[in-house]
Amino acid sequence: MALLLKNAHVIDPQVGLNEVCEILIRDGKIVEVGHDLNLEKGVERDLGGKVVVPGLVDIHVHLRDPGQEYKEDIETGTRAAAHGGFTDVCCMPNTNPIIDTGAVVEYVRSKAARVGKCRVHVSGACTKGEKGEALSEMGDMVAHGAVMFTDDGRGVQDAGMMRRVMDYAVQFGKAVSSHCQDEGLVGSGQINEGAVSTRLGLLGWPSAGEEIQISRDIEISALTGCRLHIQHLSTAHGLDLVRRGKSDGVEVTCEVTPHHMFLTEESIAEDYDTRFKVNPPLRSAEDAEAVIAGVVDGTVDCIVTDHAPHADHEKAREFELAPFGMTGIETSVGLVVSNLVNTGKISWERMVELMSVNPRRIIGIERVAIEPGCRADLTVIDPDLKWTVTEDDFESYAKNSGFLGWELTGRATDVYVGGYATMQDGVITDEPIHL
Amino acid sequence: MAFNHKHLIDMREYSAEDITLLLDTAERFKAINERRIKKVPVLKGYTIVNMFNEPSTRTRSSFEIAEKRLSCDTLNFGGSSTSTVKGESLDDTVETLCSYKIDMIVVRDKHAGVPQKVARKSGVSVIDAGDGKHQHPTQALLDLYSIRDHKGTIEGLNVGIVGDINHSRVCGSLVPSLKTMGAKVTLIAPGTLLPPAPEALGADFVTSNLDEALPELDVVYMLRIQQERLEGAPFPSLREYSTLFGLNERREKLMRPDAIICHPGPINRGVELDAYMADHAQRSVILDQVYAGVLVRMAALYLLLGGSEEGM
Repeated sequence: MALLLKNAHVIDPQVGLNEVCEILIRDGKIVEVGHDLNLEKGVERDLGGKVVVPGLVDIHVHLRDPGQEYKEDIETGTRAAAHGGFTDVCCMPNTNPIIDTGAVVEYVRSKAARVGKCRVHVSGACTKGEKGEALSEMGDMVAHGAVMFTDDGRGVQDAGMMRRVMDYAVQFGKAVSSHCQDEGLVGSGQINEGAVSTRLGLLGWPSAGEEIQISRDIEISALTGCRLHIQHLSTAHGLDLVRRGKSDGVEVTCEVTPHHMFLTEESIAEDYDTRFKVNPPLRSAEDAEAVIAGVVDGTVDCIVTDHAPHADHEKAREFELAPFGMTGIETSVGLVVSNLVNTGKISWERMVELMSVNPRRIIGIERVAIEPGCRADLTVIDPDLKWTVTEDDFESYAKNSGFLGWELTGRATDVYVGGYATMQDGVITDEPIHL
Repeated sequence: MAFNHKHLIDMREYSAEDITLLLDTAERFKAINERRIKKVPVLKGYTIVNMFNEPSTRTRSSFEIAEKRLSCDTLNFGGSSTSTVKGESLDDTVETLCSYKIDMIVVRDKHAGVPQKVARKSGVSVIDAGDGKHQHPTQALLDLYSIRDHKGTIEGLNVGIVGDINHSRVCGSLVPSLKTMGAKVTLIAPGTLLPPAPEALGADFVTSNLDEALPELDVVYMLRIQQERLEGAPFPSLREYSTLFGLNERREKLMRPDAIICHPGPINRGVELDAYMADHAQRSVILDQVYAGVLVRMAALYLLLGGSEEGM
């Protein structure tokens, strides 16, 4: 089947594209990019006023499947991803059971192929059961398609263990991604340590608890030669550490989330709103500004959501008992376009690097560019569409967004995965995709 | 004077006028508590739930006495019988209580922010009887009452608070209220017992040297070492703590002649206070604080529920 996308503003820094042109797709691949293309048989789509970019990728999501399907499952999570404009996600291993064997990787990938609305890549645990005590079967997981290793949600506490993980992971050419949280310093910290934690009488989660492990893992990366990816970086000084690591030639990349850019500890306010309880915690306004500056200056490699669905009854608990995390995959594009692209802080090209090109490179999956021969994984964005974030609008099974009520400009309207529409005019399509 | 509060949860929402009205009202209730029959019908017909999700003897009994003297109907709820033990959520418990058509919930909980949550869910008046290490407003009020009673005023006083500031919900309410009333506040503790940002509470000075601070103080407020709420070990031994931060007979010579000693109770004798200081006839106002607890709680119940003047 052939598909011709017309009148769209096509942006792809990988091939130097930034113009209104046409894209011809056949059998899941892009066959031609140009003007006045000829479609003998097939479907034409007029995308006037919209922006088309290589399919967006979120390399930090929690699909909660297997084991916590009451929060989210692979079907609802990938529907949410498509709804948010993503063609690919990479899910985290802190499920139940933990994704620490090839069999569980296989389960996630095969279920995603059956019911998924986007491509699902899998991060395996780097230690058995994310306990930080013994190496996981990384080779087995790679054989079943795992793309990265992490003990996300916990972090590897012992430096010697982290060294073993990275020494071992090198042979597979995969990055080890690090959830930086020193348990000795963080303890049962609830929110950023400082004036707000003092005022609210909540235990603090100090910046140093994150930075000490960023610093440690950069040293271990230098020692072992293993690629390192720092997850959900939230502090100004943490960003400086990555900046320095990069300039020293260490193979380190990092990601940031929209909530660490656009919300601060002040959002928690006097009503102890558990939607704002995330890990790492929302930091100070200075930290949020520094994170955005890192996105602008190139220190930050990618934007992820750390989409962390929870059931209503869990987030309705006392602040100190409620789980950490907020959803994000359906608000990410809107937040980034509204606050960074439309304001001129970053270009569309930079957004494509942050949300499409670099994430693919970090997890080492096939390059997708808007040029003949590449697979037709594309995201269509209406940069002028005004919308309000509401619970009813979510495809995710969970509603724990910290951005409810926000008025945004710009959102994804259409998504193509291998030439098939997973979303058309803002509506998730029914036909199965062929991955 | 207009009193426009529905809840007593966050002392930072109370102005100097509000606090003065509460203290003046408490003083009026003192007369009733000196009578042979210590009961007035001003809150007759009001139903109050005392929801104590964490063990408490003093605060709970003080509230009960205050409620009874105002003729409220009360329901005591909590302890090992709490439905939360059976796995019921706090929200469901609150909704269940509200189905009884109650007028107020007095809540004590080990988690910060619970009173706000109870207020949101219930729609009735809420008094925070201590939440986690956040606030304890009626404790602050009884402290202010006792200080004003003994010093005549609060404005301009130098108040030093000594001990476990970081785990103290008393400080969460007392420091901001002292500031509202025009006092100067010095926090005195080792770094391990100080909050990350003492200035966020409103403290004027922070020091770890009790001996240097003592000569300046009009009020020495000794906090209880809450051994049940200490993560890790914030000091090497009770002996060393007592040597550095305990108020004892040996240190009295450093105190102003008219300086008073407060303590929220219960006292760890020999740790933060020795017997000489705890029982000091001129300086120690600790038992007056306990009495003031009944008075300010009566005042808070009365003002929040808008009780009638009849029978006063």
